[in-house]
Formats: sequence, C-alpha cells, structure tokens
Amino acid sequence: MTPRRILRTALTGLMLAAAMAPALAAELTVSTAASLTNAFREIGQAFEAAHPGTPVRFNFAASGALLQQIAQGAPVDVFASADMETMDQAEQRRLVRPADRAVFARNALVVVVPSDAAVVPKSLAELAAPAFRRVAIGVPASVPVGRYARAVLEKAGLWPAIEAKAVGAQSVRQALDYVARGEVDAGFVYATDAAVLPGKVRLAFTVPTDAPVLYPIAPVAAGANPAGAQQFVAYVLSPAGQAILAKHGFAAP
Amino acid sequence: MEAAWVALGLSLKVALWATAIDLVLGVAAGFALARHRFPGRELVDSVLLLPMVLPPTVLGYYLLVVIGRRGWLGGWLERSFGIHLIFTWQGAVIAAAIVAFPFVCKSARAAFENVDAQLEQAAKVLGLGPAAVFFRVTLPLAWRGILAGVLLAFARALGEFGATLMVAGSIPGKTQTLSIAVYEAVQAGQDELANGLVLLTSATCVAILLLAGRLAPARIPGRS
Repeated sequence: MTPRRILRTALTGLMLAAAMAPALAAELTVSTAASLTNAFREIGQAFEAAHPGTPVRFNFAASGALLQQIAQGAPVDVFASADMETMDQAEQRRLVRPADRAVFARNALVVVVPSDAAVVPKSLAELAAPAFRRVAIGVPASVPVGRYARAVLEKAGLWPAIEAKAVGAQSVRQALDYVARGEVDAGFVYATDAAVLPGKVRLAFTVPTDAPVLYPIAPVAAGANPAGAQQFVAYVLSPAGQAILAKHGFAAP
Repeated sequence: MEAAWVALGLSLKVALWATAIDLVLGVAAGFALARHRFPGRELVDSVLLLPMVLPPTVLGYYLLVVIGRRGWLGGWLERSFGIHLIFTWQGAVIAAAIVAFPFVCKSARAAFENVDAQLEQAAKVLGLGPAAVFFRVTLPLAWRGILAGVLLAFARALGEFGATLMVAGSIPGKTQTLSIAVYEAVQAGQDELANGLVLLTSATCVAILLLAGRLAPARIPGRS
C-alpha cells in the first residue's frame, strides 16, 4: 500500500468510528446481582420498550465480583447489589455517590433441598446434623447470600459445623444449581431463587436474618451514560419496575 | 500466604495423580494408534484429542452429567460403592486427567511413530517376545518424546481451571487448587493474596517448561 492509501484507509476508519460513537454512548451497561437475573431481564425489556434508543446490556454475577470489576474500571453505568455492604464498599471507594443510592427491593434467606430429598431439614440445627453431608453456600468473601448465611450461622454457633461441609459457590445461582442437580444435600439461597426452579428444588425453611436482605441500586459515578443510568434507576423504582420485581417474588423495601 | 501453600500442595497432588493416570492411558493409546491400523483410527485419534480444543466448560458439563450424583456413572458409583466424585479432590483429578490426556497421547504417538520399525523387527527375529520388544527396544527409543509430553500434561493439569471449578467446586484445603484460589482472591478483591498466588503459579510453570525444554530440546519449535 502507498502512504496515501494508508492515510485514506485510516481516515475512513476514523470517520466510521466517529459515526458509530453516538450509538455506543446510548447503550447502557447494568451490573446486576445474580439473584436479580430473571427479574432484571424482564425489566430490561420493559425499559427498552419505554426508552427506544437505549439498549440495555446486563452483566450478572455475585455482587462482590461486580464491585471488583467496577473498581478495576469496567465500563458500567448502573450497579445493583444484593446487599448494603457491597454498595457501602462501592461508596467508600467513590465508585458511586451516596446521594444517588436507592433501595429498591427486599428478599429473604432460605434453605432449599433437592426436590427428591429423603429428609427435609426444618431448622439450622438439623442442617448441622451428619445426615446432611454437603451444603452449598456462596463464598462469603464475594457472594452476599454466603455472607448473610454465615452471619446467621455464627450467631447460632453453628458456623464451624456447617463450614466443615460447605461447598463454596461463586454466586447464589451456582448454589441453586448444585442443589437442583442433587450434588449437595441443601443450600442457602434467596426465596426468589427457590421459586426459579420449582420442579427441582424444594423450600425447606426460611432463615430469619438480623440485617434485612435489601437490594440497593445506584448509577456508577464514572459511567459513560449518566442520563441513561438515571432513567434506568428511576424505572426500577417506578410502579412499572416494582410490579415486575413483585411478579418475581421480590418484596417492596 | 499460608492458604497459597495449601493450594499449591493440593494443585501438585491433583496434577501428579492426573499425570500418572495419563502416563499409563496416554502411552497405551499412543502406542495403539501408532502401531495398529484399524477402521476409524483417525476418528479415535480426533476424539482423544478433543479435550485440547473443547472449552473446559464443555468438558466440565460432560463430567457433571456423567459422574454427577444423577449421572449414569456417578449414580452407579454412589449406589454400589458409596463413592461421590463431585466436590472431591478425586473429582479434580479426573477433570485434570482428561484435559491433560491429549498431551501425553499425541507425544507418545509421534514418539512411537519415529521409532524405526526395523529395529523392532530385528529384536523379534532375535527371539524377544512382544512385551520385551516394547520395554527393551521401543520404549527406550521413544521415552524422550513421551517425557516431554508428560511434562506438558503436568503443566496443563496444574493450570486446569474451568472443568475443575465445575466438578470440584471451591472448598479450601480440599478442592481449592491454585488457579481456583487466584480466581476467588480476585473476585473478593484480595489483591495481595492474588499477587502471591500468581507469582507462585508462574514460577512453578516456568520450572516445568524449562525442564521439558531440557529433556526434549529438538522437539520444541524455535529452539533447534
């Protein structure tokens, strides 16, 4: 290629990139706690219908993993966490602004067993018995559901007994999958997760938590689409967004 | 950092077992492919090499379906012997052995094919039985190539992540290998632990590659 042709090709490329830039800016990336997967997929569709021109991309994972991604500079516009603690950390690290935070849903911690389980535990003390050989728990360091479970078990003095047979899950949905496949005898998930696979898992009992299971949401301070982020957060808090969350079993905060 | 050494110990244990299994099965399969003509030989060869190209998640899923509690093999093992492979270090060994198998099989086949058949013929004519020909003529001539493959298999088994995470989970001290410990440390934002773990992993792998290069210098492209 001659220098002139190289220049022409480069300029065409630049012009193409410039033409595409506005389209990219309108896109919205929402990092969402794994337990919100089904509800937020539906909210995303409803939001896109209400705001044509703002396609929503979701990034589902454990809240702790999402926080690390945002801290490392991942291009995220909105962050929805499954616990206040992870959002507090995001605030301390100045990834979100305190004034922008809003709590949009509430959930409950439950213990589930495979649907064909021979024995269904009725309490945490029963779960600690040797009959239950493996228990799935989200890794407490990065998965909120694991942190809620550990706090309750520590208070009950049962954490050492359960920890010895705990199988760490990378998100609440992985813990749910382990139970659904019958690879573990029980697992800690949220009430809404238990309802996702009704034929495969059975609700054993609800675990009362000291701290309520609350879901905060906030625009990410460094996001490329702040206007879209505000619109999305507003939509989640609106009656339409709340109705979708209620349909998926989430309680109002 | 104590957790790092525990994870390294577990990784080495899993990789050593997986490599030992691959050494036996891979050499047998490589020899069969190199010395015997049978219908579908290249198809068998391709299937045996699949773990090299398939995403580890696909292998992990196959394993879950086969050796899981509700899988045909896993269910039978549990009913008959009370053996449960998922979420155990033995499950991690199976995952690592499968992903590392092609390295031994491929190297062994190439090494056996490079052995001059006339030497084996001569040994046979001089009165050696088939087993003696294999152990006293073929294997001594092929061992360097096999060994290089075995070392690469060991390195691959040591680095195995995807399939292991799916079938062995992440239980500290039991199934949490180095690569899985790195993943968890990063997810939890424990950068110091992650730094220690990745340096340890890198140093171990460099040592293995140096050893592999020394044992078979002519076989590594770009060095000869």
